[in-house]
Amino acid sequence: MNRRMSLLRTVVCRAVVSAMTAFAIAGAALGADIPLDKRRSGYADLGRDSKAMQDDDTINPATLWVLDGEALWKEKTGAANRACADCHQDATISMKGVAARYPAFSPARKAPIDLEQRINLCRSEHQQAPPLAYESHDLLALTAYVGRQSRGMAVTPPSDGRLTPFIEAGRKLFTRRIGQIDMSCAQCHDDNWGKKLAGSLIPQAQPTGYPIYRLEWQSLGSLQRRLRNCMTGLRAEAYEYGAPENVNLELFLMWRARGMQVETPAVRP
Amino acid sequence: MRAGLAAVFAAVVISGGVVLAEELLPYRIVSNVIPASLTGASGDATRGRTIVLNRAVGLCLLCHSGPFPEERFQGNLAPDLKGTGTRWSVEELRMRMVDSRQLNRDTIMPAYYALDGLNRVAPAYSGKPLLTAEQIEDVVAFLATLRD
Ligand code: HEC
Ligand code: HEC
Repeated sequence: MNRRMSLLRTVVCRAVVSAMTAFAIAGAALGADIPLDKRRSGYADLGRDSKAMQDDDTINPATLWVLDGEALWKEKTGAANRACADCHQDATISMKGVAARYPAFSPARKAPIDLEQRINLCRSEHQQAPPLAYESHDLLALTAYVGRQSRGMAVTPPSDGRLTPFIEAGRKLFTRRIGQIDMSCAQCHDDNWGKKLAGSLIPQAQPTGYPIYRLEWQSLGSLQRRLRNCMTGLRAEAYEYGAPENVNLELFLMWRARGMQVETPAVRP
Repeated sequence: MRAGLAAVFAAVVISGGVVLAEELLPYRIVSNVIPASLTGASGDATRGRTIVLNRAVGLCLLCHSGPFPEERFQGNLAPDLKGTGTRWSVEELRMRMVDSRQLNRDTIMPAYYALDGLNRVAPAYSGKPLLTAEQIEDVVAFLATLRD
């Protein structure tokens, strides 16, 4: 498999009723949100081994990042020579539930920021340290460590009216057809979840497990990396890491997953 | 229903400051079919088969299944291609390959020979249809051989 092909396999879909061809595929209601009680994490469709891997910290490969995150949490850094722990003390207490309510509104930016951006804000404002790049080991490690503290809690988007237009912007991006393949996220993840795109089961795109250990990546990766994979698979120009479009999509996905359980760090195929 | 000259797309694509112009061959839609070969010649069914089975070129098996027992991992988002040549004429198949949006605006079947109405196409693909006119004719010729 060449690279492009495997990317496409990771993405490329909507049960369509065509009046003109009188061809009908029975299936999901088109263009509609998934009913709340029909929502399903990608976890539900994992094989037994992958489920066990996610469930057991001692064999979950993501544990390596979580442990590094724990060490980084306590490490003094930046011109301020301060550790995360110097401000937030014990993460198992202070960070409980934080990942479950991100992205959150940043008054300074007048826009939502995701957990990675929040960590980098703490670095620049409180540690006077340079930002960590998306997908760098240290940023993944800190995000996984903070995220781990919300495991098992319900996704709880803040009820903050300032987020509403950004959730709507995320929904627009989710339903807009893009790329040479000309499909929207919703055409696969709302309308055709549970079906097979070649060999891949199409999940609902629930963001509950990020950062995830993806077997195909053989690494931990962020939600933005996953979104960009799907965009590239559609032969669309993916938005840059940290771009407002990606954050709006993350925000919309978290809102769409409200009430579902945080699984961070999850395992996916 | 839709008759007349449908498409002479002259897409002008600006990529990295270079202006590329790529044109699709003109074709005519008459009553929901494209009666004439895009290239004026008939396609090669053997080459068409290779395109349909190649997941990086045709992409067909991502969504469709078909009478290809040797192919693992066929999709199930779209009708099985078995018997396609019995159900549809060559003219109908050509229409479906070129731009199935003309028949069903909401279809997920990509328009394989169209450049209009697309958003945010990656630079490597912009200004290029999914398949060339020759490849479309090859695929149509192959689909016509899929008889029940
Ligand atoms: C043509 C189908 C298709 C389209 C369109 C598509 N995806 Fe996906 N997506 C998939 C498949 C298949 C997977 C699972 C990948 C795998 O298992 O290899 C996936 C996985 C995901 C996941 C991970 C879910 C999990 O359980 O961790 C997210 C999030 C996601 N997609 C978001 C998006 C977004 C946002 C878009 C639009 C920019 C999009 N997808 C467009 C097919 C698609
Ligand atoms: C992203 C999904 C997707 C891809 C890729 C795709 N198709 Fe389709 N195709 C569909 C769907 C869905 C239909 C059903 C009709 C509709 O939606 O208008 C369809 C319909 C068809 C039909 C009419 C079938 C019938 O019996 O009604 C033919 C023929 C066809 N496709 C051939 C192909 C070929 C050949 C390729 C590759 C070169 C291909 N398709 C790629 C989704 C796809």
